[in-house]
Amino acid sequence: MKRHISTTIDGEALEFLSEDGQTLLDALRDVLLKTGTKEGCGTGDCGACSVMLDGRLVCACLVLAAEVEGASVETVEGLAEAGELHPLQKRFLEGAALQCGVCTPGFLVAAKALLEINPDPSEKEVRYWLAGNLCRCTGYDKIIRSVLDAAADVRGGAG
Amino acid sequence: MSDEKKFRWVGTRPIRPDGIDKVTGRAQYGADFALPDMLWGRVLRSPHAHARILSIETGAAAALEGVHAVMTGQDLPDLFAEKAAASGGHDDSNNLAHNVMARDKALYHGHAVAAVAATSREIAERALELIDVEYEVLPHVLDIPTALAADAPLVHPDRVAQGIENPEPSNIAKRLEMGHGDPEEGFAEADEIIEREFSTRPVHQGYIEPHACLAQTTPDGRVTLWSSSQGHFMVRDYTAKLLDIDLSLVRVIPAEIGGGFGGKTTVYLEPIAVSLSRKSGRSVKMVMSREEVFRASGPTLGTRIKLKVGVTREGVLTAGEATLHYEGGAFGGSSVGAGCMTIFAPYAFPHVRSTGYDVMVNKPKGAAYRAPGAPMAAFALETVMDELAQRLEIDPVDFRLRNAAKEGTLASFGPRYRRIGCVETLEAVRDHPHYSAPLGPNQGRGVALGFWFNAGLQSSAGVNLNPDGTVTVLSGNPDIGGSRASLAIMAAEEFGIEYEHVDVMVADTHAVGYTDVTGGSRVTFATGMAIIEAARDVMGQLCKRAAAVWDVDAERVSWHEGEARLDGGVEPAPLSLAALAKNAGKTGGPISARAALTARGVGMGFGAHICDVEVDPETGKVDVIRYTAVQDAGRAIHPSYVEGQMQGGAVQGIGWALNEEYVFDGEGRVENPGFLDYRIPVASDVPMIDTVIVEVPNPAHPYGVRGVGEVPIVPPIPAVVNAVHAATGVRFCDLPLSPARVLARLDEAQSSGSA
Repeated sequence: MKRHISTTIDGEALEFLSEDGQTLLDALRDVLLKTGTKEGCGTGDCGACSVMLDGRLVCACLVLAAEVEGASVETVEGLAEAGELHPLQKRFLEGAALQCGVCTPGFLVAAKALLEINPDPSEKEVRYWLAGNLCRCTGYDKIIRSVLDAAADVRGGAG
Repeated sequence: MSDEKKFRWVGTRPIRPDGIDKVTGRAQYGADFALPDMLWGRVLRSPHAHARILSIETGAAAALEGVHAVMTGQDLPDLFAEKAAASGGHDDSNNLAHNVMARDKALYHGHAVAAVAATSREIAERALELIDVEYEVLPHVLDIPTALAADAPLVHPDRVAQGIENPEPSNIAKRLEMGHGDPEEGFAEADEIIEREFSTRPVHQGYIEPHACLAQTTPDGRVTLWSSSQGHFMVRDYTAKLLDIDLSLVRVIPAEIGGGFGGKTTVYLEPIAVSLSRKSGRSVKMVMSREEVFRASGPTLGTRIKLKVGVTREGVLTAGEATLHYEGGAFGGSSVGAGCMTIFAPYAFPHVRSTGYDVMVNKPKGAAYRAPGAPMAAFALETVMDELAQRLEIDPVDFRLRNAAKEGTLASFGPRYRRIGCVETLEAVRDHPHYSAPLGPNQGRGVALGFWFNAGLQSSAGVNLNPDGTVTVLSGNPDIGGSRASLAIMAAEEFGIEYEHVDVMVADTHAVGYTDVTGGSRVTFATGMAIIEAARDVMGQLCKRAAAVWDVDAERVSWHEGEARLDGGVEPAPLSLAALAKNAGKTGGPISARAALTARGVGMGFGAHICDVEVDPETGKVDVIRYTAVQDAGRAIHPSYVEGQMQGGAVQGIGWALNEEYVFDGEGRVENPGFLDYRIPVASDVPMIDTVIVEVPNPAHPYGVRGVGEVPIVPPIPAVVNAVHAATGVRFCDLPLSPARVLARLDEAQSSGSA
């Protein structure tokens, strides 16, 4: 049975039909064609599909599409506002914090969630917060540095 | 460092051209494409490690509503069987074809046996459950000792080993031997000889993006593929070969690639997707699940290495001898050749011999993994080097420096080295503050050296000059780690224009000339050479246009800092790239150039790593607490992405050393096909990875480039293992150093009173 879902994604009110058992990740990617959110495992182990659901960081592959009825979902595609990159996006670019880039959407969303609750994290806090996001290319060094730099930007009022 | 030439862009760190797409979610990876008529393809995989396929009943699956095509191995042409039979069972195309889908036998847990295409993933999954495969389960072999036993079940009973005289059928696919001098003579001269045996387990490349493609076919035989790979020409050539299609009819459009590390230098899904598309008349999208990635793609498999090294009291190496067994998986084809070639490569050995065996086992067909074959060999050699240094009471870096390969040294794999940076790299380790920093309790420091050849191979490039003076560069290499940036830097440097005025496109197989895979650390080196050649061609054309404008001999015009100058001067006023581009239509037409080459003069690479660990004596857990990677990059075109390769390779190697391994049950099934149980390093597992880029320019490259992508995974395993020895007094010869294994050895050492 298909369900009619009304939700808000990256600030835009949207409606779609959800299949039984369909995950939020599949609805985003296959139904709404919002492919910025990536699938690396489908089992909540890699964090590539990290999104914010009503202000909470979740793996979109572990949320049913039907659960977003009336909710607000934020993805990497809504991170830049009116064409202005978020400080995290700027720092990731300047700091070469991505190589292949497929984990990047998840890291950006997860890092933004961290900075919202802790604008002045230590290196260790960043590492533990992002321990649910796998990156196989960078060894994490430049990601961690870029998040710390972006945190300083956010605290300083940049962006 | 030795070259005084000042660069404007080379060595700077501009933002990569594709960066904005990758931080906003716009970049399209393999699974991000869709077409209106698209079906979803799914693969049925063998639940057995080794089984004869007696029959496959697909009627019920085909009858399910929403299913548009079902296929088995019988639907694929068997084009290479005769050639394979004539060669004793060895034919790479035959192996590839049978790996894409099993015919008479399933050879590993996860081997594809059938596939369906349906209107949704869910229907495709249900259809797979309706396919009835009758198997006769056969005895399997999973590791080297079992595979080599006299009564071992044979993975391929018709196959005989290459490189052995009068071979009987066995699980050995190939034997090879190489070396120089006489090791017996060398060992006779030695004051100390150490002989050890090492083993490593299968590990996966672990790229975050699963394999994915989208295939569209037309009734007249044309094929369009959107595919994530390390080389769209590779995808085109393999798909066309397996399905017997003209190359001109297959167009492969490269997706962004979400990591590969060698594992995406072959095809798994594309021939199946094309076959399903042809059967159904619809386009077909296929995406592997993570479980499928682990069970059916990659990996690099297990190895056993027996190593003997001799040295004089003064610390001069006299001889090395190694026997290497590498599992190649169900079809052979392991990286044992590179293992044999690299194991003694960093040092000047007067006498060496390596003997390699490529062993078939009922595991997935092995694929390339970053410096294929070298990390396991380095694990063996560098662990023994550490022990020799300890026995001789020589500093381990000093010991390596006494024996380090340099220009003119006879390499263990045949040639004499040209200019290399092995010594400079070791000196940078010796002089680094990390190397002499104090350590705390339960902590230890290890160092290790690593070597990789790097590759040249074939590359093509196009350079188009736009009327506004900007430049578009076409490359045939998927950008796996920032290569658009390094290519744009070299183009901007050549032309003497702004970096922002160059854009680099990864062009499809119909739009740019043939280009080998993004692999072998070759893109910035080889495709860079093609771009430089094409750019110089364009600058030559620009000079001719300027000469025509000035009505002078073309020889009097040359290109400097973005403009054509007459006799190198400023009179008449030089003509800028922008001015010449603007008027190109009036001076002879559009300006563009192509270059195609086989890159010669590859710069071999050396890296040396320093690793500090802390070992918890209660749990056996090893934490890497400080790490420094040093590497000769020849010249770092974009240092951030060079550092990124060094840091990423180091952490990948740390995972291999400490954690990663496939676990098989008694039936040969993979027990940990997911990121929860196959645990790659996460951010909280590792420290910052410090880097030192050494620059000993490669004389054969216009900017001195050496490949940098693969070297960094060669030293980490022995660096970690040597550090654990320094912390605990226990030497480990078997990977991984998981807490349970470390704790068991610590307990053993304590009870025997040796630590």
